Amino acid sequence: MRDFSNAYIFRFSAIMIIIVAVLLSGAAMLLQPLQQKNVEIEKKKSILASVNIESTRNNAETLYDKYIKKTLVVDARGNEIQGEDAFKIDMKEEMSKPVNERKLPVYFGILDNGEKKIIVPLQGKGLWGPIYGYISFNEDYKTVYGATFNHDKETPGLGAEIATREYQKQFRGKTIFDKNGKFISILVKKGGATPGSPNEVDAISGGTLTSKGLQAMLQDCLSDYIAWFNKQMKK
Amino acid sequence: MARDSEPLFSSKNLKLLTDPLNNENPITVQVLGICSALAITVKLKPAIVMTLSVMVVLAVSNVVISALRKSIPPRIRIIVQLVVIATMVILVDQFLKAFAYDVSKQLSVFVGLIITNCIIMGRLEAFAMANKPWPSFLDGIGNASGYGIILIIVAFFRELLGSGTLLGYPVLEKTGLYNIGYENNGLMILPPMALITIGIIIWVQRAKNRSLIEE
Repeated sequence: MRDFSNAYIFRFSAIMIIIVAVLLSGAAMLLQPLQQKNVEIEKKKSILASVNIESTRNNAETLYDKYIKKTLVVDARGNEIQGEDAFKIDMKEEMSKPVNERKLPVYFGILDNGEKKIIVPLQGKGLWGPIYGYISFNEDYKTVYGATFNHDKETPGLGAEIATREYQKQFRGKTIFDKNGKFISILVKKGGATPGSPNEVDAISGGTLTSKGLQAMLQDCLSDYIAWFNKQMKK
Repeated sequence: MARDSEPLFSSKNLKLLTDPLNNENPITVQVLGICSALAITVKLKPAIVMTLSVMVVLAVSNVVISALRKSIPPRIRIIVQLVVIATMVILVDQFLKAFAYDVSKQLSVFVGLIITNCIIMGRLEAFAMANKPWPSFLDGIGNASGYGIILIIVAFFRELLGSGTLLGYPVLEKTGLYNIGYENNGLMILPPMALITIGIIIWVQRAKNRSLIEE
């Protein structure tokens, strides 16, 4: 085998790095618009799923334009923020800010029967990584109409169950306020929800930490919206 | 020059393609790449995409390393190999995200983990560093197929018995098995069944080919 000088090794590495860098940044730049489009479609699919409208990658955009009529950005004190595009807000970023600086997107869906639904995004932490989703409310700003959750790397068969429609169905009809109108969010109860309780859903057996993350996510995200919800209820 | 005129698909070259499918199979004989075989064989589709991804990465990396083999300084060869593999993997990942988003979500971290798939480093180090590009290309395709065929067999049984579907198509529902009390086996979806299935494949293979049985 030939003996290579140190200078050669440095030259070889330098050239290799430049070629690789050009190749990778080129690919990233060329493919980025397509990738962003995919992420957007995914987001639209989730928003639709939270009002119980199932969509595919092909019709998600049409359905989104059909059903999601209005968006709004509010802050945690319940005031509207003007001049922001709700769809472009990154919840992960917002949730890392102090409560009062968060920009909170709200989506309004109008269903085929004319009912108006209020959709808010959720963002939290599961066991292994982020969990996120959307939850929709009836116009009373109390009763859950539908919810959808997703995750990046929860355990398949255990924590990952939060992403199944079966699991998400039990949120329908629950309420986030107690009898006296105090915000208590929805409790994800280990061992099963008390039958008939309007504020509890079942946790996932074997997925306790993901369930806890889910409960914390609901609590944290929804509490930011309460001020705005209360204002709307008074109207 | 005599060696250059060797036909493209000489019996020696064909062996590079077929050996890894059976006698030199990377999973069942060399026991490499087991980790990903566990993780992505719940459904058939991700297994097929993973196979194709590994095939692209392995074949191209093999060719690149083989073409450069005389100019790669031996002292940094492992780093060079890793850089080539990592570049290919990132490219594949980017392409999947752009053109097959759902699949890329299912494969999630495992595409990134192709980098650590020992089959790839193993072939670069053992074969591409010492052979010409064309045989290296065949070796890459051959080994990726050997890896993929096991993945696909395992995924076939896991999806069929675990979810009752194939490529998402509900085959068992159509046969009416559920009406006579059949139920999907939830255990097939969990990782241990992947190992057990691979174990059964190894058993069958060695029962047929006694030369593989270690003393």
